Amino acid sequence: MSAVVFAHHRMSPAERVRDAAWVAFVALLLGIPLIGLTTVDAGGRLEVSTRFGMLALFVAIAFGGRIALRATVDHFKARKLARQQARGASEATAASTTRRVSTWLGWFALGASIGLPILFSDNRYVVDTATTVLIYVMLGWGLNVVVGLAGLLDLGYVAFYAVGAYSYAILATEHGWGFWQALPVSGAMAATFGILLGYPILRLRGDYLAIVTLGFGEIIRIILVNWTDFSGGPNGISSIPRPSFFGLEFTRRPAEGEQSFAAFFGLDYSPMQRLIFLYYLILVLALLTHVFVSRLRRLPVGRAWEALREDEIACRAMGMNTTNIKLSAFAIGAMLGGFAGVFFAARQGFISPESFVFTESAIVLAIVVLGGMGSQLGVVLAAALLVLIPEFGRNFAEYRMLLFGAAMVLIMVWKPGGLLSHREPTVRLGQREETPA
Amino acid sequence: MSTLLSVRNLTMRFGGLTAIDDLSLEVPAGRITGIIGPNGAGKTTLFNCLTGFYKPTSGTLRLAHPHHGEMRLEALASHKVVRDAQVVRTFQNIRLFPKMTVLENLIVAQHNVLQRASRFSIAGLFGLAAYREAEAAALDRAATWLERLGLVDLADHAAGDLPYGIQRRIEIARALCVDPVLLCLDEPAAGLNPRESAELNELLLYLCRERGVAILLIEHDMSVVMNVSDHIGVINYGRKIAEGTPEAVRNDPQVIKAYLGEDEDEAQAGGAAA
Amino acid sequence: MAYALQQLINGLTLGSMYGLIAIGYTMVYGIIGMINFAHGDIFMVSAFIAVTCFTLLAAADVSSIPLALMFVLMVTIFFTSAYGWAVERVAYRPLRGSTRLAPLISAIGMSIFLQNTVQLTQGARVKPIPPVIEGGIELWAAPDFTVQIGWSQLLIIVTTVVLMTAFTWMITRTPFGRQQRACEQDRTMAALLGVNVDRTISLTFMLGASLAAVAGVMVSVYYGVVDFFIGFLAGIKAFTAAVLGGIGSLPGAMLGGLLIGLIESFWAAYLWAEYKDVATFGILCLVLMLRPSGLLGRPEVEKV
Repeated sequence: MSAVVFAHHRMSPAERVRDAAWVAFVALLLGIPLIGLTTVDAGGRLEVSTRFGMLALFVAIAFGGRIALRATVDHFKARKLARQQARGASEATAASTTRRVSTWLGWFALGASIGLPILFSDNRYVVDTATTVLIYVMLGWGLNVVVGLAGLLDLGYVAFYAVGAYSYAILATEHGWGFWQALPVSGAMAATFGILLGYPILRLRGDYLAIVTLGFGEIIRIILVNWTDFSGGPNGISSIPRPSFFGLEFTRRPAEGEQSFAAFFGLDYSPMQRLIFLYYLILVLALLTHVFVSRLRRLPVGRAWEALREDEIACRAMGMNTTNIKLSAFAIGAMLGGFAGVFFAARQGFISPESFVFTESAIVLAIVVLGGMGSQLGVVLAAALLVLIPEFGRNFAEYRMLLFGAAMVLIMVWKPGGLLSHREPTVRLGQREETPA
Repeated sequence: MSTLLSVRNLTMRFGGLTAIDDLSLEVPAGRITGIIGPNGAGKTTLFNCLTGFYKPTSGTLRLAHPHHGEMRLEALASHKVVRDAQVVRTFQNIRLFPKMTVLENLIVAQHNVLQRASRFSIAGLFGLAAYREAEAAALDRAATWLERLGLVDLADHAAGDLPYGIQRRIEIARALCVDPVLLCLDEPAAGLNPRESAELNELLLYLCRERGVAILLIEHDMSVVMNVSDHIGVINYGRKIAEGTPEAVRNDPQVIKAYLGEDEDEAQAGGAAA
Repeated sequence: MAYALQQLINGLTLGSMYGLIAIGYTMVYGIIGMINFAHGDIFMVSAFIAVTCFTLLAAADVSSIPLALMFVLMVTIFFTSAYGWAVERVAYRPLRGSTRLAPLISAIGMSIFLQNTVQLTQGARVKPIPPVIEGGIELWAAPDFTVQIGWSQLLIIVTTVVLMTAFTWMITRTPFGRQQRACEQDRTMAALLGVNVDRTISLTFMLGASLAAVAGVMVSVYYGVVDFFIGFLAGIKAFTAAVLGGIGSLPGAMLGGLLIGLIESFWAAYLWAEYKDVATFGILCLVLMLRPSGLLGRPEVEKV
């Protein structure tokens, strides 16, 4: 073989044990104050109690885990190296395989999401959970515009979700607006907030932008908590009207002069009808969002977002007005978040500042980043994973956020580009003759 | 030969440091003007002032635009220098959009035309004919330059994955897609091998002679500057120390001193080698 | 007047603690150019360690306050710097040289992880400890209001001043400080000149964590209660302080911390207490918009 091949350094068993022992030692150090010792309330004052058994277990897990991790990493690195030496699959076929698999997965997801309420038409829990997944998918697609495409790190996305939700709640409860009237207005409201926030911070670089947007999200939440006359304060706003199906209400006894959905179609009333309707409603909203964003990505404005993410100075050198490009990304991302918020308020019938904390922003951001920045399908995968995993392990409910944080760190370290990091070009030279659709 | 760009008494200070000191320079239309000078002489700063990235401390930059009349570049923001005055630059350290394909890079360069055609994206969203035509035209223009620069086979590759010499070419192709009146190239031959530099020479001459693009060229590679420039300005410590034809500049004692110090013999040898 | 003086003292105390945490942000930002989002939670962990130590000492009937404080400080600093080291090693080092967003995401993940670890292992309830240092000096007995500086407040302010001086000296005068500054300027070149970059970065994280640990001990002494959520707000405010003073500048972090502390105290005292966090965030936005390099930071020239 002519090419120089750098073999992966293989550790001897003694080295492995020494390495794992070091990790176990660090685990011991870290574990003593938090796991080994804890303070418990003993009649008004604290007392220290010890949990050395648990500490020992933790250290043992660290030791064993490190050895197992090392072995796995070595194994995969060796395999990757062997593949590289064999020069098996060329890059081009790999890319086209990814594309085929993605397309197939996308259609599968669409089919499954349409069929789901039919299969589970009497399972309230499944339909509810699926609705939650779709809300996160929609939020993820909205944030994807800002973070994934335009590369502007927004840690306060939940603010726009809140603006949308409160706009609808107030319009509906105090001014008697319907869902469909309030939807565009609330979206426009959120977009306005997006521009208001975006304008002053245009010049900031990535990390500063992150902190300021985080601050903005918190400001909105604090105002919602404290401005009781306007937002109902910590108690929030309740009895928000539910959306109707072209004027048909999902109630057992509709209001005077109105007709209910069940009566109109000659069905027996069932509360599931409303849940399934809500599910399809968010599905339609999400699909519209998807079509909207995918088309935008292939338009000048979408390409400009991606170019902005890649190199802002080069954008200016190509005559692009980066101010407008950033603002459009903020506005459209915010608008989509606002739509999701309207739906959220309409579905819950009750909102309070509790639902709009920083953790929500972090979850949506994690969905975008874990999915693979800019990848629409990746968002769906990540949203499903992040909502479903804690649901499957409901016995571990209290570990949910712990696992969530750990997963964020580990996936970043393992795949800094996200789960689906393949980027599909917006235009190809071969497609020139076809009508760009 | 008319003057396209006239730089008058340009000064750029950063705090106490004067990067450009009372510089005046004429750039003729339809010609290649070389700018040379030792490292740190203020060449790139000149470009940054020209293209709106820096606001000059004082001085004027007048562009005699063939269609829009006289424009004052120092008063324009960087994106307007490109959009309105059609003065386009490349960068010393190559600034492509690395994850986008070569073709996309060239399409992004036509952003302003396409954005106007897409009518705030609405015509684009509904795929109206006006927008489709504009996009087809943009693709045609990109394809023309890809062909001229021999990049067709690479059109659908991510720009950032390609070799250095090719990235240089892509950056020039991208700048050409803006349809420049004045093309400012910042060390386009840096990192190219001799064959690639020769191709670059040919390309620059073609652009200038056949396409009528005026070129302002910063370059250290003397084989490029001396062979293609019609006119050369030499800058040192932010001041112009010489100006003239390649021949005149090559033999100017001031220039030799700036490049090689006082030793005249070596200077001759260096000049000959170049 | 007397009331204002009291607010001044309270603000300085609060500001000193913000300043101590802010130094951790500023040093880490200086050396690897990222916001250590988990720094606020490191501070929170240290406050829990301090609470455990105080409780242990109370059980052991240690009566000498200076001795107890020294012990708690040392133990807390030791364990907290281990946390600082581990966070860097696990979440940031593998991502060095990756995209800009990746380390920030893993930092946010780390922050969530630490918060929930503490919540799970130590409980979600607030932890009260009996007052360690009581009393103070009456400075001025106005007819309607008595201005007082507590011993704990005095301790906090003095400790902060001493630590600040020591740190400035260390960064400007010692070989470690030189190596640290070298890594800030150009990591590759520093490595070529024989600076152990990995070790320098690790040490920077440990030092930042140590200062956060001091702040953690002070918080548990001063307020007497600690919960798993204190890291979030304290972290953001300290970061604001670092930005306000000019990120990368040590005296700037201290100045920023004091200003934020003062603004918060006066805002809460004279305007609306419930909006005091809005004030901090508002200032952060204003500073970043009007003077992104901060009060004492060097302005950055855009490199084209």
